[in-house]
Amino acid sequence: MYNNANELKLLCREQGKRISDVAIEIEAMENEITVEEVRAKFEKFIDIMNVACHKTLNKAIPSISGLTSGDAKKLNDYIEKKQNLCSDHALKGVAFALSCFEVNTSMGRIVAAPTAGSCGIVPACIFVVADKINANKDAVIDAFATASAVGSIIEKNATLSGAEGGCQAECGSASAMAAAAVVEMRGGTIDQSFHAASMTLKNVMGQVCDPIAGLVEVPCAKRNAIGVVNALLCVDLALAGIKSFVPFDEVVAAMYEVGKSLPCELRETGLGGLAGTPTGIAIRKKIFGK
Amino acid sequence: MGRGLFGILGPSMIGPSSSHTAGAVRIGRMCRSVARGDIAAATFFLHGSFAQTYKGHGTDRALVGGLLGMNTDDERIINSLELAKKENMKIQFLPTNLGNYHPNTVRAEMVNKNGDTCNLIASSIGGGEIQIISVNGFPANISGIYDALIIRHMDKVGMISKIAALFEKNKLNIVSLYNNRESKGKIAITIIEIDGDVPEYLADLVSKIDGILSISVVNKI
Repeated sequence: MYNNANELKLLCREQGKRISDVAIEIEAMENEITVEEVRAKFEKFIDIMNVACHKTLNKAIPSISGLTSGDAKKLNDYIEKKQNLCSDHALKGVAFALSCFEVNTSMGRIVAAPTAGSCGIVPACIFVVADKINANKDAVIDAFATASAVGSIIEKNATLSGAEGGCQAECGSASAMAAAAVVEMRGGTIDQSFHAASMTLKNVMGQVCDPIAGLVEVPCAKRNAIGVVNALLCVDLALAGIKSFVPFDEVVAAMYEVGKSLPCELRETGLGGLAGTPTGIAIRKKIFGK
Repeated sequence: MGRGLFGILGPSMIGPSSSHTAGAVRIGRMCRSVARGDIAAATFFLHGSFAQTYKGHGTDRALVGGLLGMNTDDERIINSLELAKKENMKIQFLPTNLGNYHPNTVRAEMVNKNGDTCNLIASSIGGGEIQIISVNGFPANISGIYDALIIRHMDKVGMISKIAALFEKNKLNIVSLYNNRESKGKIAITIIEIDGDVPEYLADLVSKIDGILSISVVNKI
């Protein structure tokens, strides 16, 4: 059992194991199932996420509200022109996340990671890095286990809900989960995983949840996009040896404090921020007539 | 204790919102169980955020998908309204104000193919979790975490002990038990949640008890 990053790090150190090993063993133990059964469950989810991350790269599908469509394809086409400024991998990751998110808004099948509104970030980061390093299936399962373990630490000590803590708690947490997982995939240390996770959360601290018309769509898709780049940036920072000044458990506590102090207009009510702009209000009226 | 790794990654679901879509599918499945049999018509009174955003979140299609027996990750959910039409189900959605309830709440009124009517009120409380708060006008508290039986019976001496004895005989552990009545000596309702699965033969056994009017088995979701 672990309640925070310090306890998890201690377990890893005592047993000489990675975050994913410890997380999977504890999951098996607590649910009285085998390690293989835990891995099989991850595999089922991975198949669904893999389909979602590729589904709209070459074919646009409209969202259920009719608000958005085709951004994953636009970005994918743009990458093929080779004029991009961000790295191919970072942008490909963003395209994966947009595709996954477009599947979500078109009422397709996704896996909440940790929520539906942030469902693109974790799979996009893990899949794009897996492509880059030719990671096998087991390495991908390990990565999702590490991401989930970091998410569970945030849930135990703060929140993963936009209604409670703003977008930082949803997309910010997803980025932190992804960053820790990718550091492990790249052979980084446990400390580096948590430095990367800390830095991602710090980068979006205070990010509000202000969906237009209250729909999980605008600006959520683009917050998934920046979530991917945020995670990959912090992985590179951590692997370069750059450290977070504030340790992960304290960053999570700070994120929670900031989230609770956000006014309710900025916590998934569809009232403040972008939702409250003239454009946001006009879209709401157009869709719902009020 | 937290919810474990799969409380963080998961559920697998049809988007776009765990509370407005996945939770709504689960409520629809509950409606199907409570209605006992194929549904001929259903009216959904949508409250709060359900009323405001149901079209944009596909809450309508999710509720009907559940009504047709689909799971939260069934890709046919998007076509559920058309599928219901094909099966001659009459479906209606009415935005309304139900009063002091959770923002994502719906009151469902159903008629099954035998002409039996029933209704329930349920809330989608976040992350796809739901709560049934009323069945046929009686307060209830069913989460879908456990299998439950909704038993309508005559209000007379010894009903609960006869039902409970049957559960003991079949080695079924009762998690929660709720009982209330419409009026003295007339119809009462007992809602029982149990550990494990409700065996298929149980409803038959319970219905043989003198004074039982109807039984709905609501499987965990």
